[in-house]
Amino acid sequence: MKEDLVLPAARGAAADAPPEPLLEVSGLVKHFPVKGGFPVKRTVGAVQAVDGLDLTVHAGESFGLVGESGCGKSTTGRLITRLLEPTGGTITYRGRDISHATRRQLAPIRSEIQMIFQDPYSSLNPRQTVGKIISGPMEINDIDPEGGREKRVRELLEIVGLNPEHYNRFPHEFSGGQRQRIGVARALALEPKLIVADEPVSALDVSIQAQVVNLLQKVQRELGIAFVFIAHDLAIVRHFSQRVAVMYLGKIIEVGDRDSIYARPRHPYTHALLSAVPEVTLAPDEAPRRERIRLAGDVPSPISPPSGCRFRTRCWKAQDRCATEEPPLVRLSGNRDGHLTACHFPEEPSTGARAEDIVLDPALTALEGERTD
Amino acid sequence: MTTVTKAEGAPAPTGPGGFLSVRDLQVTFSTEDGPVRAVDGLSFDVDRGRTLGIVGESGSGKSVTNLTVLGLHDPLFTTVDGEIVLDGKELITATEKELEKLRGNRVAMIFQDPLTALSPFYTIGRQIAEPYMKHTGASKKAAWERAVEMLGKVGIPHPAERARDYPHQFSGGMRQRAMIAMALVCDPDLLIADEPTTALDVTVQAQILDLLKDLQREFGTAIVFITHDLGVIADMADDIMVMYAGRAVERGTVDEVLRAPRHPYTWGLLNSMPRLDSDLATPLSPIPGTPPSLLTPPSGCRFHPRCAFRDRVGGGRCVTESPAPAPGHRFSACHLGAAQQRTIFADEIRPRLG
Repeated sequence: MKEDLVLPAARGAAADAPPEPLLEVSGLVKHFPVKGGFPVKRTVGAVQAVDGLDLTVHAGESFGLVGESGCGKSTTGRLITRLLEPTGGTITYRGRDISHATRRQLAPIRSEIQMIFQDPYSSLNPRQTVGKIISGPMEINDIDPEGGREKRVRELLEIVGLNPEHYNRFPHEFSGGQRQRIGVARALALEPKLIVADEPVSALDVSIQAQVVNLLQKVQRELGIAFVFIAHDLAIVRHFSQRVAVMYLGKIIEVGDRDSIYARPRHPYTHALLSAVPEVTLAPDEAPRRERIRLAGDVPSPISPPSGCRFRTRCWKAQDRCATEEPPLVRLSGNRDGHLTACHFPEEPSTGARAEDIVLDPALTALEGERTD
Repeated sequence: MTTVTKAEGAPAPTGPGGFLSVRDLQVTFSTEDGPVRAVDGLSFDVDRGRTLGIVGESGSGKSVTNLTVLGLHDPLFTTVDGEIVLDGKELITATEKELEKLRGNRVAMIFQDPLTALSPFYTIGRQIAEPYMKHTGASKKAAWERAVEMLGKVGIPHPAERARDYPHQFSGGMRQRAMIAMALVCDPDLLIADEPTTALDVTVQAQILDLLKDLQREFGTAIVFITHDLGVIADMADDIMVMYAGRAVERGTVDEVLRAPRHPYTWGLLNSMPRLDSDLATPLSPIPGTPPSLLTPPSGCRFHPRCAFRDRVGGGRCVTESPAPAPGHRFSACHLGAAQQRTIFADEIRPRLG
């Protein structure tokens, strides 16, 4: 039964396709204008949401994008799907430049790039039935699958683990996890080659998150769809993505395969991010500890980001050079192929505990200093 | 760095018996669709200087429990039964006036979203100084100085100037720090933190959690920490209570609950959550189904419709009979025998966790 449901796309991807990039992004820039002044509003500045981004996504691959709020990961997702117009740079999809393509030029590509949104409560029209929501993309793109749209919708409902009989129900009759499944079914309706999933599980309960992650993983593997998986949860991204990029203030600061990023990170920010993840340790106490790094303050404003390396204001290794010279995203000696880091003074490739914790937060140093005295 | 004057006299832990002790708490809301029993027969203790972590999904009753402790529920539509005793004082029958003396003074709360919990209309400094003035009778000037001192303590740079700012001028992490300063300004004995870091980024969350731990060590405060994130609880708590559909399903120390869990729901939570060191070859095993509606809770054990182990209990007891909450510190509300639970965890659950 299940074999019948596999979309044609799966067959092509199953036979290890040559690694020709499906999507290539280079020097991508998106600045949102900041208006101010009276009586005539003028542009007084720009939120540099994404500022010079390079990435490639191969067919059938899952590419993770992690970072904290305001680092531009969602903007990147929306630029890739061309829901936003880039300020600069190019987006190439299967050899075609779509960075400034018009609506008409985009029409044939739109069906191949789909998006799954974060909030399953606001991304589904409450006045439409599930059948209408899922067949919507087919209607817009004028696609008539064999056996009719309704049959296809029922198939899709089954793929995402919902009862096909619920065709005529409304979104409010479903729970959060089920709604997210409807969103996945809608994204699958046009047999896309690339799905951009923007925080697809962060609005869901813990026990439901795993259901949706497993579903996405099944879809990705069985149907051979490439994913750009945007999330702030590092453990979920690790579970889902083969390659991972870490973003900070509109730039990719480190990118590489899963192992390189999670076990051998080089950028101080990646170290700090990984060390901040609160974890359930199942191992007994004598097991080796992970390093402890506590940064000071919050992420600076993207309206006036720091010069040079953007992380330098919160970095414990920053020197004068970091303020004047922006580090390029390059492969450092000792790193694997494809593991790129943008740092002048990279860290050791290990996440093990250090001889001395790095605590930059003044309140913590004060409180912890008192204790050791 | 300024030091807090009250710091030296950290209260010594009282003897056995919790500082806060809740017995058989029942909270029922009357709604248009009928009564909703949000909390059903909950008992727990919190000692001074210890942190109790309450984990549960949305709708499990973890927040309601703590709003009830502070008397912040709507009395018109809520019936509360049971016993809440804070340092020998019964709180359910306490008058509004008595509760007012407690709130912000001996018991303080940190909310999830600092932007909605802070008033946009007053300066940060004034909002921190206000409860101090009210509860200690300090002068305006002394209270302001205390507010500045607290802001410095929680790591706000240039506290004297920043105290004059309004909440919108603070970043998310700084607002949560200001909330912590406000909660600790009267040196409370009990601090209730309801998902205090859920709205924050990971690196900021790590700073705030460490700050809370360090402050607790200094002030000896008892903390009730509510969260849905097992990782956060593992980091923060001394004891853990796992809640499901208004009831406690498992209770014990951090080590007991996370390393030798006994309830199938706790197993499910651990199994469905990826970790940074988990084995990538094993897929996540989610808990099937969805949390129940409290309007029509399942009969017997409330977890039985989603439980993979209900067949191992003889006579269909899971469907008909609710497992009795056992007294004592360590407990698991499940019909499976303790030995059975240990074998299932060791043979079937632990290997999957990697």
